[in-house]
Amino acid sequence: MGRYLGQKSISFILTALVVSLVTFLILQVLPGDPARLILGTEGSPQAYARLREELRLDQPAGERYLQWLFAFGYGRWGTSLRYGLGVRELVGQALPLTLTIAVLAVGSALAAAIPAGIYIAVRPGNWGAKGLSFLVQIGMALPQFWVGILLIQFLAVRHRLLPAGGREGPLAFVLPVLTLALPRAAVLTRQVRAGTKEALTQDYVRTARAKGLPERVVLFKHAFLNGVFGVLTVAGIQLAQLFAGTIVVEQVFGLPGLGQLLLAGVFQRDLPLVQGIVMVVAVLILLLNWIHDLLLALLDPRLRYD
Amino acid sequence: MNKSRWGLGIIITISTLIILGCFYTPYDPAEIRVSERLQAPSKVHWAGTDHFGRDILSRIFVGGRISLLVGVAAVALGSSVGTLLGLWSGFKGGIWDEILMRFTDGFYALPFILLALLLATVWGPGVPVVLWAIAAGNIPIFLRLSRTQALKIKAELYVEAARALGASNLRLLWAHILPNIRSTLLVQFSASLAGAILVEASLSYLGVGIQPPQPSWGRMLREAQSYASLAPWAVWAPGLFMALTIIGFNLVGDDLIDKR
Repeated sequence: MGRYLGQKSISFILTALVVSLVTFLILQVLPGDPARLILGTEGSPQAYARLREELRLDQPAGERYLQWLFAFGYGRWGTSLRYGLGVRELVGQALPLTLTIAVLAVGSALAAAIPAGIYIAVRPGNWGAKGLSFLVQIGMALPQFWVGILLIQFLAVRHRLLPAGGREGPLAFVLPVLTLALPRAAVLTRQVRAGTKEALTQDYVRTARAKGLPERVVLFKHAFLNGVFGVLTVAGIQLAQLFAGTIVVEQVFGLPGLGQLLLAGVFQRDLPLVQGIVMVVAVLILLLNWIHDLLLALLDPRLRYD
Repeated sequence: MNKSRWGLGIIITISTLIILGCFYTPYDPAEIRVSERLQAPSKVHWAGTDHFGRDILSRIFVGGRISLLVGVAAVALGSSVGTLLGLWSGFKGGIWDEILMRFTDGFYALPFILLALLLATVWGPGVPVVLWAIAAGNIPIFLRLSRTQALKIKAELYVEAARALGASNLRLLWAHILPNIRSTLLVQFSASLAGAILVEASLSYLGVGIQPPQPSWGRMLREAQSYASLAPWAVWAPGLFMALTIIGFNLVGDDLIDKR
């Protein structure tokens, strides 16, 4: 267990360093002169000189990278150029909304995918299973923003059943969460189906049936737990996709989350803000992956004894 | 049921329409006719018109061209670089393999859209952002895939036999390992194309992808959202084409997976 955890932790730290390096290279080295990039053609020479000093552009890139990295590690994430506020405050204001939507979406995707996947695996020839497989195929192909716009049109504008975004009451979350959960649920259903199907061919399932256990027990106690395992593995990899989805969904529903903050930063060339948000998101994704590895090890004894 | 036949049928139909659109569209996709704005689908305008009176079907054909072109170019670039690096990395092993693997892990934490937004901050919105983000995002996917395969095949007896006969590393890769992983790579290529079209549309929808006056599916939906209750067809038509294209590529990929 110790060795496994050690390996995962080292890989977590190294990967976070790689992400920080890539982010820094794209934002601070690729443009040549970041101060010129931020000011465009309009800036006065005085403003230009001030900005160069603020961004410490007279120092070599390697030194700036290390300074930024340590400052970031100590929680000093810099100041947004356009908002004049600390990046940390801005992220702190926007993050809870994004996290709420993301967690609700993962929860509902799992709640839909597990029964659906098992059903398709157990009754493959059935019409219900065929219909569900068809829905999965559609769910994976539909662009999220399109689904979001259609849901707003149908449920919010035409039939006035649900609010189209906003933040009044829990009902306002229904449509964004639904939009975000749909493709996740489709991918996860496929995974549960594959996992359960594979588990059903295992020797221990045959043994369980041979000794006369009722099919219900065989399915839920023997096959299901192993099928869920596959889902957990994929659920970890999907975190990155999930965050990409929240950026789009926030735009569709006009929700002031982290995605909207990031987009504003991109359009206004607010380098410190973009750099900070991308790092926060990447570290968050990596951290959740690390926790996910830990959970897998707790659940699967094979991983613990290496 | 043959899934890939359906998928191929869809892809060929849509590609034909898009190629035809290079030479002929029912209307000029950029022509503004205020008197014909927001018309519902009819015999004159099969998919209706948008808020400027432009013919939506013509715009779908022209918009699909750039989506497909950017997608194919970006995936081709990313897959070839990724595959070469992966084969080399898996074949050679050692410290470079370790470093490359850390980099691919890093890219897994940076989804396509995040990478594109980073580039858009520096370059400003536009086609290069979409192209390079999709290409760079596909490198680690193909790298990992071909590396695993190379590791597996490297240990096979026939590779050892070929090596004993004096085959060079290059010959081993080209004649023995590459043919064995071709089908796996093709599946991923098809899946990556579906992903590329989705990413391009999302980026154009967010406003950092393809810019007006060039029509694109994502951009059309972004504009249509603001007048969706007046002209629902402006939302339906581009979305349906996009979804069909993605389903087509997914079906081809799925079927190849099922066959193995």
